[in-house]
Amino acid sequence: MFEAVLLTVITAATPLLIAALGELVVERSGVLNLGVEGMMIMGAVVGFAIANLTGSGALGVIAAIGAGMAMSALFGFLVLVLVANQVATGLALTILGLGLSGMIGEAFIGVPGLRLPELYIPGLSDIPFIGPVFFQQDAIVYLGFALVIAVTYVLFRTRAGLILRSVGDNHGSAHALGYSVIKIRFMAVLFGGACAGLAGAYMSLAYTPQWVENMTAGRGWIALALVVFASWLPLRVVIGAYLFGAVSVLNLHAQALGLGIPSQFLSSLPYIATIAVLVLISANRRLTLVNTPACLGKPFVPDR
Amino acid sequence: MKSLLKATVAAIAFAAAGSAANAADVKACFVYVGPVGDFGWSYQHDQGRLAVEEKFGDKVETAYLESVPEGPDAERAIERFAREGCDIIFTTSFGYMNPTIKVAKDFPDVKFEHATGYKTAENVATYNSKFHQGRYIIGQIAAKQSEAGVAGYIASFPIPEVVSGINAFMLGAQSVNPDFKVKVVWVNTWFDPGKEADAAKALFDQGADIITQHTDSTAPLQVAQERGMKGFGQASDMIAFAPDAQYTSIIDDWAPYYIHRVQEVLDGTWESHSSWEGLAEGHVVMAPYTNLPEDVVEMAKATEAKIKDGWEPFTGPITKQDGTVAAEDGVRLDDGAILGMNWYVQGIDDQLPQ
Repeated sequence: MFEAVLLTVITAATPLLIAALGELVVERSGVLNLGVEGMMIMGAVVGFAIANLTGSGALGVIAAIGAGMAMSALFGFLVLVLVANQVATGLALTILGLGLSGMIGEAFIGVPGLRLPELYIPGLSDIPFIGPVFFQQDAIVYLGFALVIAVTYVLFRTRAGLILRSVGDNHGSAHALGYSVIKIRFMAVLFGGACAGLAGAYMSLAYTPQWVENMTAGRGWIALALVVFASWLPLRVVIGAYLFGAVSVLNLHAQALGLGIPSQFLSSLPYIATIAVLVLISANRRLTLVNTPACLGKPFVPDR
Repeated sequence: MKSLLKATVAAIAFAAAGSAANAADVKACFVYVGPVGDFGWSYQHDQGRLAVEEKFGDKVETAYLESVPEGPDAERAIERFAREGCDIIFTTSFGYMNPTIKVAKDFPDVKFEHATGYKTAENVATYNSKFHQGRYIIGQIAAKQSEAGVAGYIASFPIPEVVSGINAFMLGAQSVNPDFKVKVVWVNTWFDPGKEADAAKALFDQGADIITQHTDSTAPLQVAQERGMKGFGQASDMIAFAPDAQYTSIIDDWAPYYIHRVQEVLDGTWESHSSWEGLAEGHVVMAPYTNLPEDVVEMAKATEAKIKDGWEPFTGPITKQDGTVAAEDGVRLDDGAILGMNWYVQGIDDQLPQ
């Protein structure tokens, strides 16, 4: 029973986790991309379409990552090269993605999809309880775990991470030191797009293997909130994503058990938690100063 | 020469404008709450619109707006259609009721049709289908087929339409197995494939072996298919997503109604009314019964025939959850009681959210 609940929680949390990790890197570089939902839905539709046409889930996932990156490249070009307003461009990216995905996906409505196979890790998957929960998942779940470790390591233990964070904290100084702020930010934006595309592929190839318009249903926005919830720290993103997944799944179980707690209250719990954390974070000025990228959302125009 | 050119251009422009205006005798417009690609509620309404186009060809022009949120946005969308010269506007969600009535007051010459509501006016008609008739049948099937004696029900919002569906399902099930249990899970959304799938998983994990849903995506049935469990489709035939799991599906077929009403606008005979039809008129259609033994299919078909002959699933004896009598033996609930239903029948294992 507990095992089954945990399995559902992991499925619910994985797309949030991956998309939020990508956005975290983007924001650490000082760029605010509100287009996560749009990139995610494009990943979902392209991943589904390619997997369906070629019969290969792996190709679908790769295409989804490509679609997310293509969307983010458009965003990067507009806000980094042309210095367009980041908030407006991000919102436009979401609207574009929702519309474009509906158009691309028209031929795939009502077509059963293909599900990514579960990969059993020899040895580990036989461990009672832990095995079925953590080591009998599909490739994207493992990728999600790996991404957490990789992002944490790169951001805080490598030179590249230090440079990325410095660009996000003070782009003027980074520029003066000779780092190409635009190039570094562009790469971060592309990474964010790749993650959002991957999260989208998880929706249409693993979570619910099908294509329907608007199937991400706002998960891109939740991922955005999770980044703030986590105060820009990858491990807290993990906690946030699993907390969010757990509360929404436990809500359903509580109802099926007939506990008699109002469902509206349970559905709103994750959002209440997010607001509470936001209040706590902004109340603690030291905490805010330490982790918030100081140049978040600020445009950078190099003086030539 | 120059003036001749001008005159020619003006003539062409005039002709073009004229032909555009004359191209269609009637413009029928549709407002959808979801995307047309949801393969559920809005998809089925759009299939009805396409049927109108096919039937009338050049005589009728259609237009639609999708994913229009219920609330102030809806009023703007409806008003825009009214201004653009739509002759008849179909607003296809419960939450469009008040916006529709409001806009209709300002445009007395435009005809409005509001789906699933209860407020009418001289130029506002309402239409709905008796989906609960189908739910009674699937309730019977569930009770026959379930080994656990427990079905899961994924519900959207506690509005009368959904509540009467749950009750009809339970009455159908109780007619076969008086001890049948229904577990209800409210997901508070019409459309979120991920959440609907999670709800299906939760219900299976808690002992249900058949699920049904009053939400719009195919995700729950897919979960049933993967787990080797069973379920019922919703709004459209979802057999392609669950070839081994779907017993049948309650299909909304709006095409006959839309064609009929647009014809009336063409003929000038349109009048306001409240239409509420079901299986007998073909507005509710049962998908082919599959994955079922012969005797259960026969039972389902017999019930379907009985309903088509005029029998109402909400015929007493019906006892409410709190033990009070809703309908005496043989007494049939009136339409108002079904359309405004806000109580559970006895035996449902859930507190109705208020």
